[in-house]
Amino acid sequence: MADLREKRGSEGDTGSGSGSGSDTGSGSGPGTGFGPAPTYVSRLVDGLRAYRLIAWMWIRSTMAYRASFAMTLFGNFAGTVLDFVAILLMFSRVDQLGGYSLGEVAFLYGLSSAAFGVADLTLGSMDRLGQRVRDGTLDTLLVRPAPVLAQVAADRFALRRLGRVTQGLLVLGYALTVVDIDWTPAKVLLMPVMVVSGAAIFSAVFVAGGAFQFVAQDASQVQNSFTYGGTTLLQYPPTVFAKDLVRGVTFVLPLAFVNWVPALYVLGLPYPLDLPEWTAFLPPLVAVACCGLSGLAWRAGLRSYRSTGS
Amino acid sequence: MRSTHADTGVTASDSASASDSDFISLDGVEKVFDVRKKTGFLRSERRQVRAVDSISFTVSRGEMVGYIGPNGAGKSTTIKMLTGILTPSGGRLRVAGIDPSRERTRLAQRIGVVFGQRTTLWWDLPLIDSYRLMHRMYRIPDARYKENLDRCVELLELGELLDVPVRQLSLGQRMRGDIAAALLHDPEVLYLDEPTIGLDVVSKVRVREFLRDLNADRGTTVLLTTHDLSDIEQLCRRVMVIDHGRLMYDGPLTGLHEVGESERTLVVDLERELPPIDVESARVVKVEGPRQWLAFPAAQSAAPLVARIAAEYPLVDLSVREPDIEAVISRMYAGKATS
Repeated sequence: MADLREKRGSEGDTGSGSGSGSDTGSGSGPGTGFGPAPTYVSRLVDGLRAYRLIAWMWIRSTMAYRASFAMTLFGNFAGTVLDFVAILLMFSRVDQLGGYSLGEVAFLYGLSSAAFGVADLTLGSMDRLGQRVRDGTLDTLLVRPAPVLAQVAADRFALRRLGRVTQGLLVLGYALTVVDIDWTPAKVLLMPVMVVSGAAIFSAVFVAGGAFQFVAQDASQVQNSFTYGGTTLLQYPPTVFAKDLVRGVTFVLPLAFVNWVPALYVLGLPYPLDLPEWTAFLPPLVAVACCGLSGLAWRAGLRSYRSTGS
Repeated sequence: MRSTHADTGVTASDSASASDSDFISLDGVEKVFDVRKKTGFLRSERRQVRAVDSISFTVSRGEMVGYIGPNGAGKSTTIKMLTGILTPSGGRLRVAGIDPSRERTRLAQRIGVVFGQRTTLWWDLPLIDSYRLMHRMYRIPDARYKENLDRCVELLELGELLDVPVRQLSLGQRMRGDIAAALLHDPEVLYLDEPTIGLDVVSKVRVREFLRDLNADRGTTVLLTTHDLSDIEQLCRRVMVIDHGRLMYDGPLTGLHEVGESERTLVVDLERELPPIDVESARVVKVEGPRQWLAFPAAQSAAPLVARIAAEYPLVDLSVREPDIEAVISRMYAGKATS
């Protein structure tokens, strides 16, 4: 039996490949069983692979109801469009909001919305974790040979969430046409870095929120207030908020690094707190730190679940 | 690939694995939960609940064991520890030489789990799609996947259901589908939590037949929890009874009668109506015309009793009724509760 099992592991890895080749890349997946403990890299590869497999199942599930999918995609897009229309209406009455022009607000809005949209698309179902803990269906994920985080993250993967990303990018595109930016190579580079880092920071918030739900199973609304609330906050200029709130969002829960700090540098506007210029380039580091911390929180949460049960 | 585990044996390279006789082994395993009870608006009281209290047993490779007990006895907690879902609070636990809670994903490749009340199939997709996901997720080699799928489809009669969305399947069909999904990666151990709950008689028979064949042909070790004692009677030679987190009985099903102090019933038909039969070691519990019911200890042989009655009374016919296993077990639970 042992022989047989070992053979199976290697067969799996050399890939009888009935699909994409990247699946078979990881050498020391848990399937092999007899190698050293899986490294972080192979766990990551396993996780991404499991995520892709499960997300694809959910896409196909949604396609079982095509009309419904088309309508929710449209509804999602229309809903987010109306969200920006509210800001347009505001500017029909005033010329400036907290000292910012419409184009500048659109710049912040687009960045926040695009970054949040990407995180929401990939991890938007983390708020269902509490539900899964309550009804015990989390157990069915724990008996699968794949990282639980990847399985929970891919749960109910929904392409309709592309609506928000699209809207964010459209608003950002509009902002770039109307705002006069003094472009430098650093500023050009900062644009994609902001979206990616911002998405990572929001993702970290989603994962940390999920971890919290191991402890408090009905805390999905607390999580939503940080994620959805966070993106709404960032869509407005920091100047309209109280200094203490801005401080909190900069130093405690560093959402300000999604767009405020780097975006104001790009726009050439002063940040309400006295920060040195180089902080505009911190988003990638902040993102890495946030992801690391939320990863630790996730592990602690999962461990507490496994030692206490539901 | 149809060879049984018995002739494959355990090779030297499998150093991490256990020997066949203690394929699953628990030694003083405990699980203590902290339960918080609300006593006021914000105040709560913490209390420790011992869901599993120092349980020890071993299961050999290829055994088929029934694990029974009332609700809240600790059955599910034990299964969750054996599958790596929960970490034990104390004691030592090994499945195929693996510590489940520390190497959960590695163990997952070697076990199959069926939760009777929660399907793992994809609700809106055809049944076959769920199997394809298992194929990819467990990295099952193509040839082996095909062989196992064909076998399950044939024996569980899933052929016409493969292209049907799972939401349209009946409960019995879905359960068969779930069992197949748990077996595609050739698990060495299969855990079944209430596999026949809510099934009609025909489906129950089919599921039982399949499990019996699986155990016989492939040597798969099966551990099943159930409320339906006929599952156990038909499938398991060995049964474990757990109550209040403690193992109260571990042995053959027939031995339960002795432990439970149960009685068998001898039904005798006499030639005519007579006063209650008077023999030692048995007592008359019911008289109905020429027919009388006598109860005697289950552990005792019926032969001397029959001989004596035949010698002293005009006997026409007789039959022996085995005790009702459910009654035996509920008596065990009750006995424990009062002690």
